[in-house]
Amino acid sequence: MSFVWLWTDLMVWSLLFVILAGIRSIKHSEQARKQWRSIFESPIAMASAVILTFYFVFALLGSVHIQLASSGDSSLDKRHGVYSVLDLSLMHLIEQTERTYSAPFATHEYSTSLNFDENGQVSQSYLALKYGGQHLTKGASIWLDVLKKTGLPLLLTFGIMALLLLLHGLFRFRTAALRDINNKAKTLPWKTAYISVFSLLFLFIWFYHLSHFYHVLGTDKVGQDVLLQSIKSIRTGVLIGLLTTLVMLPLALILGISAGYFKGWVDDVIQYIYTTLNSIPGVLLIAAAVLVMQVIITNNSDWFGSTEERADLRLLFLIFILGLTSWTGLCRLLRAETLKISQVEYVSAAKAFGLGPFKIIKNHILPNLMHLVLIALVLDFSGLVLAEAVLSYVGVGVDPTTASWGNMINQARLEMAREPMVWWSLFSAFVFMFTLVLSANLFSDRVQTVLDPRRVH
Amino acid sequence: MFAYIMRRVLFALPILIGVNFITFALFFMVNTPEDMARAQLGAKQTTPEMIQSWKVDHGYDKPLFFNADAPGLAKVQDTLFVQESMKLFVFDFGQSDSGRQITADVYERMWPSLAIALPTFVIGLVTNIALALLIVLFRGSALDTATMMVAVAIMSISGLFYIIAGQVLFSKVWHWVPISGYTEGWEGFKFLILPIFIGVFSGIGAGMRWYRSIFLEEMNKDYIRTARAKGLSDLKVLFGHVLQNGMLPILTGVVVVIPTLFMGSLIMESFFGIPGLGSYTLDAINAQDFGIVKAMVFLGSVLYIIGLILTDISYTLFDPRVKLA
Amino acid sequence: MMAQALSTVLNIKNLSISVNDSPLIKDVSFSIESGEIFALVGESGSGKSLTSLAIMRLLPEALQVTAGQISLNQTDLFTLPEYQMQKIRGKQVAMIFQEPMTSLNPVMKVGEQVAEVLRVHLKIRGKLARQKVVSLFEEVGLPQANDRYDWFPHQLSGGQMQRVMIAMALACEPDLLIADEPTTALDVTIQAQVLELLKTIRDRRGLSILFITHDMGVVNEMADRVAVMKQGEIVEQADKEHFFSHPQHPYTQQLLADAIPKQSFKPIIDTKSLLQINDLKVHFPVKKGLFQRTVGYVKAVNGVTLTIKKGQTLALVGESGSGKSTIGQAILKLVNSTSGSVNFSSPGEGGSNIESIVDFTALTEKQMKPFRKKVQVIFQDPFSALNPRMTISEIIREGMNSLQVGSPNKKDQDARIEELLEQVGLLAEHKYRFPHEFSGGQRQRIGIARALAVEPELIICDEPTSALDVTVRAQVLNLLEELQQKYQLSFLFITHDLSIIPAIAHEVAVMKEGRIVEQGSVEQVMRFPKHEYTQALLNSAPKLLRQTMP
Repeated sequence: MSFVWLWTDLMVWSLLFVILAGIRSIKHSEQARKQWRSIFESPIAMASAVILTFYFVFALLGSVHIQLASSGDSSLDKRHGVYSVLDLSLMHLIEQTERTYSAPFATHEYSTSLNFDENGQVSQSYLALKYGGQHLTKGASIWLDVLKKTGLPLLLTFGIMALLLLLHGLFRFRTAALRDINNKAKTLPWKTAYISVFSLLFLFIWFYHLSHFYHVLGTDKVGQDVLLQSIKSIRTGVLIGLLTTLVMLPLALILGISAGYFKGWVDDVIQYIYTTLNSIPGVLLIAAAVLVMQVIITNNSDWFGSTEERADLRLLFLIFILGLTSWTGLCRLLRAETLKISQVEYVSAAKAFGLGPFKIIKNHILPNLMHLVLIALVLDFSGLVLAEAVLSYVGVGVDPTTASWGNMINQARLEMAREPMVWWSLFSAFVFMFTLVLSANLFSDRVQTVLDPRRVH
Repeated sequence: MFAYIMRRVLFALPILIGVNFITFALFFMVNTPEDMARAQLGAKQTTPEMIQSWKVDHGYDKPLFFNADAPGLAKVQDTLFVQESMKLFVFDFGQSDSGRQITADVYERMWPSLAIALPTFVIGLVTNIALALLIVLFRGSALDTATMMVAVAIMSISGLFYIIAGQVLFSKVWHWVPISGYTEGWEGFKFLILPIFIGVFSGIGAGMRWYRSIFLEEMNKDYIRTARAKGLSDLKVLFGHVLQNGMLPILTGVVVVIPTLFMGSLIMESFFGIPGLGSYTLDAINAQDFGIVKAMVFLGSVLYIIGLILTDISYTLFDPRVKLA
Repeated sequence: MMAQALSTVLNIKNLSISVNDSPLIKDVSFSIESGEIFALVGESGSGKSLTSLAIMRLLPEALQVTAGQISLNQTDLFTLPEYQMQKIRGKQVAMIFQEPMTSLNPVMKVGEQVAEVLRVHLKIRGKLARQKVVSLFEEVGLPQANDRYDWFPHQLSGGQMQRVMIAMALACEPDLLIADEPTTALDVTIQAQVLELLKTIRDRRGLSILFITHDMGVVNEMADRVAVMKQGEIVEQADKEHFFSHPQHPYTQQLLADAIPKQSFKPIIDTKSLLQINDLKVHFPVKKGLFQRTVGYVKAVNGVTLTIKKGQTLALVGESGSGKSTIGQAILKLVNSTSGSVNFSSPGEGGSNIESIVDFTALTEKQMKPFRKKVQVIFQDPFSALNPRMTISEIIREGMNSLQVGSPNKKDQDARIEELLEQVGLLAEHKYRFPHEFSGGQRQRIGIARALAVEPELIICDEPTSALDVTVRAQVLNLLEELQQKYQLSFLFITHDLSIIPAIAHEVAVMKEGRIVEQGSVEQVMRFPKHEYTQALLNSAPKLLRQTMP
């Protein structure tokens, strides 16, 4: 057993460090702390943040990869390969693969198949599943069984919540002693936070528990568990949303500020670059770049040790391509804002002190742009998650072997045409995606209202 | 005005050359003349001589960017890049890898694209602006808050879901409209209803919020206070003053899109089986047909630049302060 | 006008307004008689504009009227439903605002904007409406009234826009006109014309005016009766004559004392020149046409010669667009000068008496840097002059570090920052705070401390007091004066406000359209102006200033 670090793993963990460093700097600056406090004063923002954190944790768990060595023991040998920590904790779902479609909580397959009984008679029947619901005695009610299996998760969730409350209470007690008694600041909506943590935690533990006995969200064409796919897809969605901004941010910042501050030919060149890039229809540019990438990957298949690495490189490429095509909007915004700020009197004062352009940018321009950058980042996130689905549909998204909501929807298109409809893949992808995008949108709304004073409420 | 448009057209040239350069660089990286020759001649009996003669026949024997052997200006002119670009500039898109005339295809397929994109655009714009004005009238009320929540929810759902759900509900379950297909003329109307409806509906969330924020920003301006001090009713303020001034920021985002409507929508057309440029492009992407993709990239850029010029011109119509010079 | 029977047009009783339970207006009562100009005076934030918006019932939604009554012609306004209030707005009571540039709809013809009032209230449309608007334009003194009907706001000057606003307000012959700082954004010559117009209209039409202002000079010019507001309350109410001769409340006395210019001129002491500007020109190219060729120049500064003497103040006076601020920027090399020289005399090496003269315009940015500590600047807008993301100590330290003034040791710098803050009348512990925690006047002090930190010889003061209230303005001017005496500082004081010149300046230069039209000692220029433009400027100044001129 050894760790395997894929490129995107490294990026997402370094992003975590960036985020933690950001939180640290927020703690140090009183202004920033106040702003973030007021962001979280909204119960909606608080609940959204909790949901986003959950998704991010799943993405992190999916980003630690471990190589399981061939053990020689043939019964375990099928486990040989690269797995993420998330995979390992959901190993039972990977192994409990059915033959084909089955509905959520089903005990039998979704469609009939031809059977030959021992007499050689041909009959149409619904075959029993290999794993789903097979612990039940014949004729037992599924729903009663599910209800019975709710108690333990509920108890466990309450336990964890009690622990959390205790820890939080202790922490609050400590800081409360330090806090000014006259401090009239509104308290954060902790109740909302706890309710959302509780619901998510319970839902996850409940599903996890049930998934040992049922296919909670059904299985797909080749009998893979849909819940497993949906959970694994979290990583793809979150990574595309987060890492793309990591790629585009330096470009947008450097070019936008340079164009706005230095003006003249620098501005002309940068404007030319982004107008040119902008003029190419976005999807086409991405498609063209991905096509080229595909050809390169096929021509050089010897570069990659495993399919995981190849799929990962494709994800990485996609992230870079999305980054390279999506910096223009923010760049234009930053250019305009820099033009405005460099006319403001405190910049003139700095010039009168003989400060060089780089110091002026660092001390005066950049800090006054950061709120715009932050708003753009949270706004872009949800758009990128949605874009992944469309690109996968167009055929220029992530690798078909990578679990992603886009790939799930893509498959579901044909499933919906079947009679009767196979609706659960689409449904699961919809629920997982909608929850993420909705909370991202709600959170970014709040960030925008707090950080952008010009916006009207 | 004329000088201004001329200047913009002149400025468009370097941009289009840049676009060409990007596509040229991208495609020649993976699809070299050798590859093309092999593909055209058939993989079996290719000799270097045959490839060479194919290249000469098709003009692919020239250097990429710089022809050191040629005299004077031809050093730059007599190169693959310039030759290929020049063809695009006169809208000669050549043949696709499957041997079709791209230019003819484009002329044929842009009308079905337009048949969907234009109504979607117009109905969407009118609906969004009307809803936004209505919401602004009720600003600050519970209705406002509730509508905005719905709008966020609408924009949080991937367009693919709307299409699939729409097809399932309206075609498969209720049988109101055919699930997909296209015919010319009025007969084709029944095929267009669903894609247009879905196109409009999926855009309502984002559109309504965007226009609402524009109108609310105008509502806070000083001249609105003047208008109210004159004794105008809320409705008169909204339609007489807010809408008029809100048009300016709206134009920036909207006019630029109009020419690109010809390009159609990749997703919508492929789901509904519309034989437009969108599905044409999508098929080309899936078949890795570089000729078509390249042509579409160029066409898209030209239309976008036309859109930018139209935006500036539209400003002179709506904003008396702007004089193009 | 006094012949008319006096009747009460507006009556405000015990008006209180609050936002989130914190009161903004407390128990305000006054009434306005027919044909009377009632001035409501106060500093920014005193609640005078809110009072006027309450009369119009146009208060922002977050604000609530908690008590009181407003009646207009015996109609209680607060009990009316909104649609009836709409019939009163613009018809019985009309309003004009401070910023004519933003108060007119930018994309609508000005004539149409006036005609709209006629259409709404009097149902006058078409040709008739146009005729009426044109005659209104003629009444308010717009030239070529018929043509102006089809113009857009951006084609008019500030004064003309305010005239359009007045025409709009008069269209339905209201009984009460509320004028909320109508001349504050205008140049002094235009201000005089607009005030004159308002008075003429009052006399002609016999309407009442509620005149809101912070400017005592304007009050003195316009008002029949005066009320002074402070922090949401009316502290004094009196007839004008009585008000100016016997102010009762200490706050009013302070206001008047600060508003009335000093009675004496500064003595002229002949000292050496510090900065000598010779034939300075700053031209900005105007580009046009297919290839953006330069077709002409905006001659912002067009051949200016000035001398700033050591330890003295030169006031540079002019109206907006005269190029006075550009001169300041050219000295600091914030804009490039086209031709001419800016000669700075600095003492020779090693304290020798021979002065070396450096021409700033000939220096590169690198060569200029050692001189940057000699010349500093204070800006007009206290809100944009300080970076909102920096603490006060960071703001002041920046120049010390960049120009290497004083010790590079952080502790010594901290001590110096505290000393500077105390010197400009702030507290040492303020250095940890951010700009938004300070008032306008305090920020201007921080700006002064920032400039002082590098121990300059010359400070360019670019309208440093024009955004401040009178009392604060007086304090800041006093501070500048003190500092000048203590450090032998020279000031180039750029201003449009004639009233403060005697208090601060030794010499004055009057600027118009990029040129100096007259310069000399303050006494000479203000008492015996030679150039007709200077005469016009002085004649436009409110009487209060002219009367008290020594």
